[in-house]
Amino acid sequence: MARKSHVQTTINGETVEFLCESRQSLLEVLRDELYLTGAKEGCNNGNCGACSVILDGRLVNSCLVLGVETEGKSVETIEGLADPDKLHPIQDAFLENAALQCGICTPGFIMSAKALLDSNPNPTEHEIRYWLAGNLCRCTGYDKIVKAVMDAAKETSA
Amino acid sequence: MEKFSYVNATSLEQVTSLLSESGWGEVMLIAGGTDLLAELKEYIETPKTLVNLKTLPGMDSIEVDASGLKIGALATVADIAMHPTIQHHYTVLSQAAGSVATPQIRNVGTLGGNLCQRPRCWYYRDESTDCLKKGGDICYAVDGLSKYHAILGGDPVYIVHPSDLAPALIALGASIKIVGPAGEKTMSLEEFFTLPAANPFRENVLEPNEIVVEVSVPVPKPNTKSFYLKAREKGAPDFALSSVAGVFEMDGKTCKTASIVLGGVAPAPWRSKEAEAAVTGKMIDESVSQQAGADAVKDAEPLNDNMYKVTLTRNLVSRAAMMAAS
Ligand SMILES: Cc1cc2nc3c(=O)[nH]c(=O)nc-3n(C[C@@H](O)[C@@H](O)[C@H](O)COP(=O)(O)OP(=O)(O)OC[C@H]3O[C@@H](n4cnc5c(N)ncnc54)[C@H](O)[C@@H]3O)c2cc1C
Ligand code: SF4
Ligand code: FES
Ligand code: FES
Repeated sequence: MARKSHVQTTINGETVEFLCESRQSLLEVLRDELYLTGAKEGCNNGNCGACSVILDGRLVNSCLVLGVETEGKSVETIEGLADPDKLHPIQDAFLENAALQCGICTPGFIMSAKALLDSNPNPTEHEIRYWLAGNLCRCTGYDKIVKAVMDAAKETSA
Repeated sequence: MEKFSYVNATSLEQVTSLLSESGWGEVMLIAGGTDLLAELKEYIETPKTLVNLKTLPGMDSIEVDASGLKIGALATVADIAMHPTIQHHYTVLSQAAGSVATPQIRNVGTLGGNLCQRPRCWYYRDESTDCLKKGGDICYAVDGLSKYHAILGGDPVYIVHPSDLAPALIALGASIKIVGPAGEKTMSLEEFFTLPAANPFRENVLEPNEIVVEVSVPVPKPNTKSFYLKAREKGAPDFALSSVAGVFEMDGKTCKTASIVLGGVAPAPWRSKEAEAAVTGKMIDESVSQQAGADAVKDAEPLNDNMYKVTLTRNLVSRAAMMAAS
């Protein structure tokens, strides 16, 4: 046992192969094996959402998914969001609204906002608060984040 | 986490035969992993092999027919919460599912894992504490910190069962299908869960070589109102301090039959026969609903720090009864 597994997956649209131990989380694989350090480790147990990524179209905590479980799947991380010369509208809206201070929660919030807007392009403020409830922020007090997502929704659904 | 080998499940026979190779803990099942991985990270469990159930075909379906619902053990909590038929006709279940954890966890966490999840007691989750549940001598909650512990059915282990889906499903009269090496069996979900007086180490009757495969829910009677009320410490995702799953068959303001199952207050989902008796056959008004609340907690035995749960539970039950009549 404990031989490393070979995993092939798609990350931000590109086919990626990596070797990992079965006990490594997707978060560890992203950060330590693939050097995609956008997803952050906060609690490492599902409470904070700093590690949020989109797996086969569903928002997940990458700290609670094993790397080996991504075989044949598709992962979206914060690194895949912007075009080379243009930020994603959610990223722009976060800057415009000063929706971050220290910034450690920001990649997770933006991925959660993306998952929400992908399935519901015009959410109400109440819906935004419900669907972003898996992400914690210790700095902003949340209002500016909610405002940013409302602005981004206007932008992307216009 | 300790190292383990990881096997994708291909059939129920393969899963039960892998499980049969050892007793508890050597070979373990992983569904969504949202509970299990936390246990592995804290070295509460140190399996040699994990069997990934998500590769079992067809076990994540939600089927609706004239007899009711059939939900596969691998259906996610999110799929249960968002299912249109469940929202309309099994409201208590969709409300309970929508109250579980966070969007991220509901997207991954499964029905089977929700029912089989382990206690959240902070002594249990602490690697260095060998409490009664883990084979030690005492339940530390009795003289220790007991804010989130049981007020009913505790002795000798005062965990509360953390599942939100279980009270809702029991209130709806659900049954559970289990497969073991000898074949399959079905029992009522209420009988699936056990109290610590019967077995302090486990929360249900599942044997180490068995797997939960499906939960069935009968169609609610006409004129049924059902809802899930859940009190949390904060206005954000959290486990229940106390919750009430209520299913009321009504005739105007008169209650013909009632199922009232409490969560967050006992080591197993707690059917309150007392509260049910207080409303059944009665026209529900303020005084009947208050009686139901008082009766629900009349046998409560709070520990040092959880007296508040008695009041909270009493008021939640009263509120549920009033909602049935409104
Ligand atoms: C931050 C956080 C908040 C949470 N809040 C809530 C909440 O508010 N309400 C709530 O109800 N839950 C809550 N949970 C618990 C959450 O883990 C469950 O809701 C989830 O449904 C578990 O499902 P899973 O598939 O991820 O389980 P897993 O982690 O895969 O499994 C849990 C256990 O069940 C066993 N198991 C899984 N499937 C089967 C099967 N088919 N047959 C036999 N055994 C099986 C596993 O071996 C393991 O021991 C929370 C969890 C976290 C991390
Ligand atoms: S409540 Fe259960 S898990 Fe917690 S200390 Fe007591 S025996 Fe251990
Ligand atoms: S690091 Fe994954 S939820 Fe906090
Ligand atoms: S900006 Fe600091 S935690 Fe959110």
